[in-house]
Order: sequence, then C-alpha cells, then structure tokens
Amino acid sequence: MKQVEILVIGGGPAGLCASLAASSLGAKVLMCERDDVPGGQLVKQTHKFFGSEKQYAGDRGYQIGQMLVEKVAADPNIEVWTDTTVLGYYEDGVVTCEHEGAHVKIKPQRTVIATGAAEKFLSFPGNDLPGIYGAGAVQTLMNVSGVKPAERVLMVGAGNIGLIVSYQLKQAGVDTVAVIEALPRIGGYLVHASKIQRAGIPVRTGYTILEAYGNGKVEGAKIAKIDEKWQPIPGTEEDIKCDTICLAVGLSPLTELCWQAGCQVEFIKELSGHVPITDDFLETTVPGVYVAGDVSGIEEASSAMVEGRLAGLSAAASLGYGKDVAAEQQKAAMAELDELRAGPMGERIRMGLEKVAAKGGAK
Amino acid sequence: MRIEEHPVLDFERGEKITFTYNGQEIEAYPNETIVAALHAAGIRQLGESPELHRPRGLFCAIGNCSSCFMTVDGEPNMRVCVIKCKQGMVVESQKGKGVIRV
Amino acid sequence: MALINDGIPTKEDLAKVMPSEERFAQGPVSIAECFQKIPCNPCVKACPRGAISMSTDINDTPTVDYDKCNGCGVCIAKCPGLAIFVVDKTYSEDFALVKFPFEYVPVPEKGQFACGLNRSGEEMGWFEVERVVSGGKKNKTYTISLKVPQELANEIRNIKVGGYK
Repeated sequence: MKQVEILVIGGGPAGLCASLAASSLGAKVLMCERDDVPGGQLVKQTHKFFGSEKQYAGDRGYQIGQMLVEKVAADPNIEVWTDTTVLGYYEDGVVTCEHEGAHVKIKPQRTVIATGAAEKFLSFPGNDLPGIYGAGAVQTLMNVSGVKPAERVLMVGAGNIGLIVSYQLKQAGVDTVAVIEALPRIGGYLVHASKIQRAGIPVRTGYTILEAYGNGKVEGAKIAKIDEKWQPIPGTEEDIKCDTICLAVGLSPLTELCWQAGCQVEFIKELSGHVPITDDFLETTVPGVYVAGDVSGIEEASSAMVEGRLAGLSAAASLGYGKDVAAEQQKAAMAELDELRAGPMGERIRMGLEKVAAKGGAK
Repeated sequence: MRIEEHPVLDFERGEKITFTYNGQEIEAYPNETIVAALHAAGIRQLGESPELHRPRGLFCAIGNCSSCFMTVDGEPNMRVCVIKCKQGMVVESQKGKGVIRV
Repeated sequence: MALINDGIPTKEDLAKVMPSEERFAQGPVSIAECFQKIPCNPCVKACPRGAISMSTDINDTPTVDYDKCNGCGVCIAKCPGLAIFVVDKTYSEDFALVKFPFEYVPVPEKGQFACGLNRSGEEMGWFEVERVVSGGKKNKTYTISLKVPQELANEIRNIKVGGYK
C-alpha cells in the first residue's frame, strides 16, 4: 500500500494547481492522471484565456498547461503517476487505482478530487450516427492529433465551447455551416460570437436540431426555429447538409469518486448537475476530502486553476503545513474566485454556490 | 486528412508506422491515438451497437464514454480514443459484446 | 436582432465605443468593440501609453482614452477576445487603414489583395494588404492592415482566408 500525504486525483488545470499549491507549503503530493500526459483539457485549448494576470490571461490554454506541467515535473515534492486511472474510494480511506497495468492501493492523508467533467449528450432522432461528436472530441482530434476532423459542421450550442470550437474548426480549415442555439440568447462570451460571425459563421439563436439523417453516417440535419415553449414552429424547418454534428450542450461534473467517498452530493442545476457540497475551503462533507475544478460545478478553466490552488492550500494547511502563510494565501485565492465570478457572466455560478452553502448549512 | 499548416500549433509527428484495420493497412504516427489515425484515413464508423447493430462512431475522444469500443490485438472493448498506435497492431471493428480470448 | 442574439454589434453598440470624426481626423485610433462584462483585463496592461483603463473590477468593459491613444496597435494582438481594432482615416484622402487581428492560415503578404469582410462576415470587395505584423513565437496573433475606402473604414473587420491575389 502506497502511503501519501496528499493525493490529487486528476492532472488537469485544477489538479495541477492543487498539487503545486500543496507542495509550495511543503506537503508531499501524489498526482494521478489517467492520460499518458498531464494537462487535462488544457492541451487542446488553442485560444487565449481571459481573466487577469493572476490566471495567466492572454496566454493560450495549451501554453498555460505546458507551463503548469513543467512546474509540476520539476517539483521534488510532487510525484506524478500518468496512465493511472483511479478506480475507487473505500470507507477506510483507501483509494485504488490501475497503475502501469497493476491494481494499486493508496492510503492518502488528504485527497483532492479534481476529475473534471464529461460532455453532455442530446436526444434527437439519429443522434447515434457516426459523425455526431461532442464538440470537445472534435477539438481533441484537430488540436491534439492534428487530424482534420470534418468537412462541414453543424454546431449545436452557443456557449463558450460551441463558439470556440467553431472558431478553431475554421483555423483547421473546416467550415461550420451554422452554430444553432435553442435559447434566445448566446450563452458564451459575445467576443467569441463576434469573432466567428465576422469569419462568416452564422450564430442562430432560437433554433433546435430536429433530427440527424444519413445512411450509416451523418449526411445532414433538420433544424427548426422554436417558440417560447420550446416547440418547433411549423414551416421554419431547414435542411442542413453536413458530414458532422458537434454537440456543445454543456458538461456534467464527474462525481463518481465523491459518491464513493460518501460525500454529500446534491443536484444544483446552476452548477450543471450533481455536485459535492463543500465549505469555503473546498472541503467536502467527508473530512480530508477536497474537490476543485469542474467536478464541483462547471465553470471556466481560469476558475478551475484558482479552485485547485485553494483546495491544495487547504489540504496542506490541514496537515499543519504553511502555518504562517496558508491563511493569507487561501484568502487571496478566495478573493480571486470572487473577482472572476463577480460579473453578470458569473451570476449563475453565484446562485449555485449560494445553494451549496445553504445545503451545507442544513446538514 | 491531417492538418499540415495551422496558425497556432505545430504538429511533431515523428516516424510513420503502420497497423491494420480489418485487414486494411493504415498509416499512423506513434504519438497519436488509434481513432485519430482512423479519422485521418477517413474511417469514422468504428463498430456497431451490440443489440440493434446500428453503426457507431467516436463521441468523446477522451475515454469517458464507450462509443469507440474496438478489438485491439485480440482484446475486445478497447477505447481506441485513448490507445496510442503501435507498429503492426491489429485493430478490428467489433460485433456484439466481444469475446475475451483466454 | 441584438448583439446578445447573434454576436453582431449594432449601430447603437458601436456608437458607444466609436471615436469622434474629429479624433479620426487626427490620426489612427483604437476601438475596443468589447461590450459585455466578462472577467478579462489584459488590454489594460497591453497599452504602453496607459490609454486603456478599467475600474478595479476586471469584469468591467475597457475604456479607451482617445487623447492618449496614438493607434500604435499593440493592443490588437493582446486582447484575448480579438475585439480591438485600429482605424486610421488619415491614411489618404480616399483610403483608410483598418488594422485587425488574424489567426488563420494562409497569412496574406503585404501588397496582396484580400477579400474584406464586415462584422456579419459579408464580402465587401477586394482590398490591398498594407502591412502584416507577426505576434511572435508565443503570441501567434497576426495584425493585418488593410487599405479600404474611407466609407468602409468602420465596416470591414476581417478578411476571407485564402484566395489572395
């Protein structure tokens, strides 16, 4: 059995920052990543990040990922296990994983769960045809593997992922026929929408996909305008010829390990699904188990990095590390999160977090 | 098709290798996933659903879902979206739930 | 339709960030077509003359001080949202220069003609590329200067990728 002070599960933006923060206070960390390289979904983010200098704003996501991965690799306090899938969290606090083809047990003193999220699916006739992808999958194919993933794309969803992936498809030489969005308004940042509009990609709000069709593969889709009751308006149907349909309809937190650990988990729609209830320091209702990033509610990667830092600091501080500085650094991270969430785009998250606080208080 | 020129990224692919897909030779690079090599070769149908036998393609590309199950070197139900290509590997589309050969 | 519905800024939106004709007559000036409060502030640090400001809240939209701005264009490739443009109406009597960010391949060369696009992506005609500035190895955003008729100076904001003549 492997004994560790702090186990960080997941090597994405939150996990990397949690590991670095815990180590900076002197704690010894084991970070487990299921992929063969850490970085999570930062590896495919070719656009420049928003936020402020403190969250590396202006650098491209994959550059931030590389920088964090290099820092972690050079940190003597952090051990990294790649190709390692964490399988279970048991009631005696033992965590099991598949590591280098073997079943390995880990006994951590503290755990930070930073498992991220999965892309949501959408139900419509023909939705299982080859050629229907999560928008993130297409991003992986083109930005990680360098493979042209499609010829003509219909993008479903005008949140940040749908808008950004449409832009990145254009950068890879692939045309997006339209971005359709069922809501009457664009959910992502308007600068992303403006950027693709002036590149000739129309963003059409108030439209839904009725069906995908094709013989063994996507050959097209039927879309229609919807009314305020979300019903297709007869006579507005359109036939869109495309070989690919990307679904960018949101993410779901990957909370399996939180459930296994016995954390209180509640459905909070503003945070995009079931999320663990935490205190201000990101500790769950199971003492010693912390969460950070999309697993605790879907947000931008900038927030995931700061949450990771906060969870890492909190886990290390609870072991007695950084007595003089931890409180101040935790406070600074919380202030950064408040700042990132302060605007109108953060309203949904703020409402979700209020519900988290209320549910936690009710316990 | 592979992206040769990109405004932001440089793709360092390394030496070309080959593997077989249903007996057909596929060109690949050791750092890419099986599903990336298949997409570069224009192959997007990876298998079929076990009960209704409907065609199945890639969905998540990061090992979350099970849409890309194929048989790799005789082992069924492999998520080819996260398995890297190796010279000479044998990749087969899978019918049904697959058979574990002992 | 409004900006929130389709991502295309309206005349009213643009009026809020557009310098006066008097200012345009004095030389190049940057226009931050950034209308939504999002947490983002690299433009403030980007300006060497301190012409771009924001309240202490990073969710605010930026304000360009047109008196301090000399239209150097450094901010164009620094804005993560690619929302800052420079317009120089003093380029010549008939032509203005529009400078915008560009992140596609192929990149046009100076002297080539490219198809100009407006904020809706509509083709507005073919115009000469006056200057191409690389953002460098890390930044990677190019800044393109396009020579357009004066009346299109505040219409054209992009070019069609490829087909340069």
